[in-house]
Amino acid sequence: MIEYQDVATAIQRERGEAVVVTAMTQSKFWKEASDRPELDIPTNNSMGKVSSIALGIALGAPDRKVIALDGDGSLIMNMGSLVTVGNKSPKNFVHVVYDNGVYAITGGQPIAGAGVINWPAIAMGSGYKAAYSFEDTEEMATEMPRIMAEDGPILIRIQVKPVITTNLGVIQTWESNAVMPRQMRSVKVELAKS
Amino acid sequence: MTTQGTTEGLTARSMVEHISAQGVTHMVTLPDSETNFMYDNMTESGMEVVPIAREGEAIAIAAGLWIANQKPAVMIQNSGLFESGDALRGLGIGIDLPLVMFIGYRGYTRHGDTPDSAAQFLEPFLHTWGTPYWIIETDAELDRIALAFKKAEETSKPVAVLIGAEYVSV
Ligand SMILES: Cc1ncc(C[n+]2csc(CCOP(=O)(O)OP(=O)(O)O)c2C)c(N)n1
Repeated sequence: MIEYQDVATAIQRERGEAVVVTAMTQSKFWKEASDRPELDIPTNNSMGKVSSIALGIALGAPDRKVIALDGDGSLIMNMGSLVTVGNKSPKNFVHVVYDNGVYAITGGQPIAGAGVINWPAIAMGSGYKAAYSFEDTEEMATEMPRIMAEDGPILIRIQVKPVITTNLGVIQTWESNAVMPRQMRSVKVELAKS
Repeated sequence: MTTQGTTEGLTARSMVEHISAQGVTHMVTLPDSETNFMYDNMTESGMEVVPIAREGEAIAIAAGLWIANQKPAVMIQNSGLFESGDALRGLGIGIDLPLVMFIGYRGYTRHGDTPDSAAQFLEPFLHTWGTPYWIIETDAELDRIALAFKKAEETSKPVAVLIGAEYVSV
């Protein structure tokens, strides 16, 4: 099993100018690793929609790499989006699925299909160009540069060690809920420059 | 949907012309029998059609396109709008997304007696969410499309155009 921090480090190293759209537990670890916060969109207020938001950006900005850091629970909620992505087949689309087998943010209940879902098979069966699976940190870190340079859409399934939220959920404030819309506008401004 | 009660028809070609005139770059849609003609016309008009697997994706993809400085619109059935509730909340109204949603008004009868619950709940649903809407049944009413786009821009919120008739021709 791989630690969230190690995934963030490996992706950050290769992200370049990529827009990174994150879901759930990934958002926290990505924020700590990212050196281009103006290109990051955390989407915790919209469960299941990371793949769709990222697809929209990828289609609208075809020269910009877009990386979706999805959760397994989130993606089973929007499984059809894999087919929508495969159909449009954007070259600039990288879909990372954090497979922790649980809904960590709500206290660690197992997701439907935990340990059974074959993410690379589902991605390939939906029209993705390539799909990878990692359970070992070293291997992931070694392979990431090559994979991130490939044409998409690609899916990278990473078996991560669950980090269960113990205070059951996110403490919501007006400020915390203003982050996603603000970051969307930040990315919009950044993309308008190129 | 039926065209009963209408004297003229609604043609897909005129409708697409009015949408194109607003500078729409992408139409995020779940194609169905009612929008079949539209589909061909949209492709010909230069708009990029983004077919989806489930309507809940539509507003999220449109939000992404808007972030990438494109001008998307959405075309789905009323049943699909109900499916999109959480996206309309979080990624439409919640991010102040200026978006025109074209909604097929399945079950619209014009005389009150409405067996299809997809029609019964459509207007109450939109009122509850504070989403303004216009109804279009004939080509003569297509100027309402421009009003809808103006409203979406002015308020920076989603608005709806309800398609209350079947297309009579391409
Ligand atoms: C539509 C919707 N249903 C349920 C929830 C409650 N919820 C919040 S986070 C979460 C778990 C997300 O799971 P996953 O994507 O696997 O990420 P993880 O929590 O494991 O990081 C759930 C079920 C929600 N926010 N929205």
